[in-house]
Amino acid sequence: MISLRNTFMTVYKGRLYPNYWDIIALFFALAGIILLAANAKQMSAPYELGQALPISLDPRYLPGYAGRTILRMLIALFCSLLFTLVFATWAAKSRRAARIIIPVIDILQSVPILGFLSITIVGFIRLFPGSMLGPECASIFAVFASQAWNMALGFYQTVRSVPSELKEAADMFHLSAWQRFWRIDVPFSMPGLLWNMMMSMSAGWFFVVASEAISVDSQQILLPGIGSYITVAIRAADVHAIWYAIFAMLAVILLYDQLFFRPLIAWADKFKSEQVAQESEANSWLVNMLHRTRLLRYIGQHVAIFFDACVNVSLLRSRPKTHRTIDRKMRYERVIAWVYNIVLISAVLGAVVYIANFTFHKVPFSEILKVFGLGLITALRVFCLIIICTLIWVPIGVWIGLRSRVAEFVQPVAQILAAFPAYLLYPLVVFFIVKFHLNVNIWVTPLMILGAQWYVLFNVIAGASVLPKDLLQVADNFGVNYWLRWRTLILPGIFPYYITGAITAVGGAWNASIVAEVVSWGDTKLVATGLGAYITENTDSGNFLHIALGIGMMCILVLVFNRLIWRPLYVLAETRYTLN
Amino acid sequence: MQEIINKISETTTKSPIIEVIGVQKSFRKGERQELLVLQDVNFRMNEGEIVAILGKSGSGKSTLLRIIAGLVAPSAGIVNYRGQPVAGPVRGISMVFQTFALLPWLTVLQNVELGLEALGIDRDERRERALKAIDTIGLDGFESAFPKELSGGMRQRVGFARALVVNPDILLMDEPFSALDVLTADNLKSDLLDLWQNKKTGIHGILFVTHNIEEAALLADRIIIFNSNPGSIRAELKVTLQHPRSDLDPRFRNQVDRVYTLMTTVPSGGFTGDHPRIDIGYRLPEASVAEITGLLETLNTPENNGKMDLPDVADTLMLDIDELFPLTELLEILHFAKVSKGDISITEEGKAFVEADILERKKIFSAHLKKYVPLARYICDQLNRHPRHRALEENFLSLLEDYLTEKEADRVFQTVIEWGRYAELFAYDYNAGVLNLENPN
Repeated sequence: MISLRNTFMTVYKGRLYPNYWDIIALFFALAGIILLAANAKQMSAPYELGQALPISLDPRYLPGYAGRTILRMLIALFCSLLFTLVFATWAAKSRRAARIIIPVIDILQSVPILGFLSITIVGFIRLFPGSMLGPECASIFAVFASQAWNMALGFYQTVRSVPSELKEAADMFHLSAWQRFWRIDVPFSMPGLLWNMMMSMSAGWFFVVASEAISVDSQQILLPGIGSYITVAIRAADVHAIWYAIFAMLAVILLYDQLFFRPLIAWADKFKSEQVAQESEANSWLVNMLHRTRLLRYIGQHVAIFFDACVNVSLLRSRPKTHRTIDRKMRYERVIAWVYNIVLISAVLGAVVYIANFTFHKVPFSEILKVFGLGLITALRVFCLIIICTLIWVPIGVWIGLRSRVAEFVQPVAQILAAFPAYLLYPLVVFFIVKFHLNVNIWVTPLMILGAQWYVLFNVIAGASVLPKDLLQVADNFGVNYWLRWRTLILPGIFPYYITGAITAVGGAWNASIVAEVVSWGDTKLVATGLGAYITENTDSGNFLHIALGIGMMCILVLVFNRLIWRPLYVLAETRYTLN
Repeated sequence: MQEIINKISETTTKSPIIEVIGVQKSFRKGERQELLVLQDVNFRMNEGEIVAILGKSGSGKSTLLRIIAGLVAPSAGIVNYRGQPVAGPVRGISMVFQTFALLPWLTVLQNVELGLEALGIDRDERRERALKAIDTIGLDGFESAFPKELSGGMRQRVGFARALVVNPDILLMDEPFSALDVLTADNLKSDLLDLWQNKKTGIHGILFVTHNIEEAALLADRIIIFNSNPGSIRAELKVTLQHPRSDLDPRFRNQVDRVYTLMTTVPSGGFTGDHPRIDIGYRLPEASVAEITGLLETLNTPENNGKMDLPDVADTLMLDIDELFPLTELLEILHFAKVSKGDISITEEGKAFVEADILERKKIFSAHLKKYVPLARYICDQLNRHPRHRALEENFLSLLEDYLTEKEADRVFQTVIEWGRYAELFAYDYNAGVLNLENPN
């Protein structure tokens, strides 16, 4: 079984308290959001789009739609990979770049992706007027944003942790930066990067589905895909079509798991840097099958030769250093340092002035207060959800995790459930709320964590299944039972795993609030009070300044909660409760 | 006779391969302070020599090796390689690492090819030369294995093959055998000597760092003995025995004894009096109470009668000098034993300590700790002065960091905590990072 302890949500370790680079990064992010929103406002509606294909509810078209959804996903994944390799490497190699890139990425992680989508989409439409390429790009960008930050932070951390003796060996044998990147940095980070990619991708299904159908400024844009299919089905109140969509999605995720996820993880085992052979290795029937075919071996050889040639192109080979080149480099260094400082300081000043202008002149203060209040309501929802989720899934997860037979069976199922975009299930819940006239403000809440709760479950299962057998036997031996057993052994043992799961779940819930607080079924539209609903409603009506305000507020709230609650807990888990 | 004279004049007139002139190295610590690691190191390495740099761990000998390799820049001074100043890793100098530093995702063959790749040698020639190097070093049949499939000894052979395949002029080795068990290490050493003597490799000199005295005496033509704090050259010793040397040969034992003597003799201008006096920021040796008690018990047995030869101690207790010297140092600091000229002898206090029962031992230890270890005394004073007899660890750590690196400060602090706990001088709460006088409850 694949170990799940690799943290999915990359929590940037190190500091507990924000330093001034974080603040600078926050200014940049907020100024960027406002800038995009202000520009979006200036564009005249209606947008010129190409002729959109009408979405048919005929299930025969579903495979085609699913294909389009998958394609978007893969393009986004490729872009994220490129972004990661370029920016994370840059940050890892240059301290100057890292001081800006890393805090910015860290803060971008807490920007609500779907809210951001409503701003970026206008920009993309403008970039490709008169075609559907704009919305396509926006949708891909949303998925990209859900993956890239995570992957980049993870990659940055692993590249930085390349053992010093490997670095010295590379120096000693005169590897050039290019050779070093492909021979050391990338292989060393490969297991973590692939794991991160695959987990990001399973989270990405939610965003790809939710971003296919979006209404901006009272204009509904539908991209062919499963997400649009279900939107049309909701509008038509067609229960059958919704079930078709759910099954199609499940099939897609199962295929993705078997044909993509598992083979890649199994392959990445090769790069594990442990010097000792492991007893249990990740397995994939596909990889085993491919290993034994002659054709693939043949192709593999040629790929290896090609890769070899790329790594060793003479243009990017190292040259012997002399004192003169070093002197010249030092002189350049000084110039760059000056330019860097000047650019940075002016950019920070610009961002501060811009944000101040926005908060004091463009939006009334009462509006800011109101949005803050809405934010607290949504925060309360998230808080209650995580508690309820914990009370339900921790005991169940522990029960499963301690029984390896059951865990073997449940673990992959939970993983697939986590990948399944809960967005597709919303109509079913809404259907119930409407039918039984339930309180919208309360009953919409569970939607937010519908998809994210599985992260808590499978992390707890993973934690419980690696509790050391000898500790459990000691507990048996001394008759440590019931609450005492939980308090002294089980809860501390699973704590790091639980925290990892909870952080992921909370992040997911904040993101989902944008689609979960406003839901509809046929002509009925249910709106709960909260920041997510605020953003969605303003997106519908095209009020871009208010969108920016909503997103900025959510971003700040998520950041504050992360810094005050989750990061300290994570650090505590890492320092005190990690077994071995 | 004439031949010998010719040979001598040849080596002395020839310019050295490596020349280290006035090298210093200090690390910046914080804004204002600098920590001196190497002080005024001068030596030269001649054609055809095997030179060992011998010193305790943390004496800066590895840093010196890295400066020579061009991996680390010196703060002052210069390193010349064949008359040219070293400004970065030099082609012609190759290195073998203590932890092998193999890339786990590459096969043995690919690992060996790595250095050739960087030189831009084409694929076919690369393969041919790598296979030859693998052959020479005795790794035949393992070409397609991954490092994780190999034993430690075989991994280090890959390290050697990788270093030799680029036809280096000089081979540097950073404690190359210390991660291996004794038998494997011996086997590898004799294979290396064979290669060296048969001139199969084209290497013109080997410089290696070690903390193992016998290893240095076995391999080297010249041993450079290093001082700690800051690292500097204490003495130089020529070993003129013929290869292969046997560690049972009395002349060999004699060499080892000389090294021990050189390493334990107080240099002139050092501390005065019988026992070392240390200050509050002294880099306390990493030794546990159980270990020094064990050593004292061995000394105090009737057959040893309170006095032993250090090489014998190392042999009997199976300690290498990195383990042995911290123990003898602590014993000296606490006035439990005295070391001079390669011998260690127990003192009256040491005898009293080792012959007492558990509780009495704690009392003696506690008294000596307060008397002779200023840091322990300072901690006690601070705790006594505080109204609730508590103190934060940060206070002491930041004090130590004025003298030591952050890592070493932490290590020294943990060491003194362990001694203090044993002596029941103070208690320590790990989670809160708080020291107090009382034991909990």
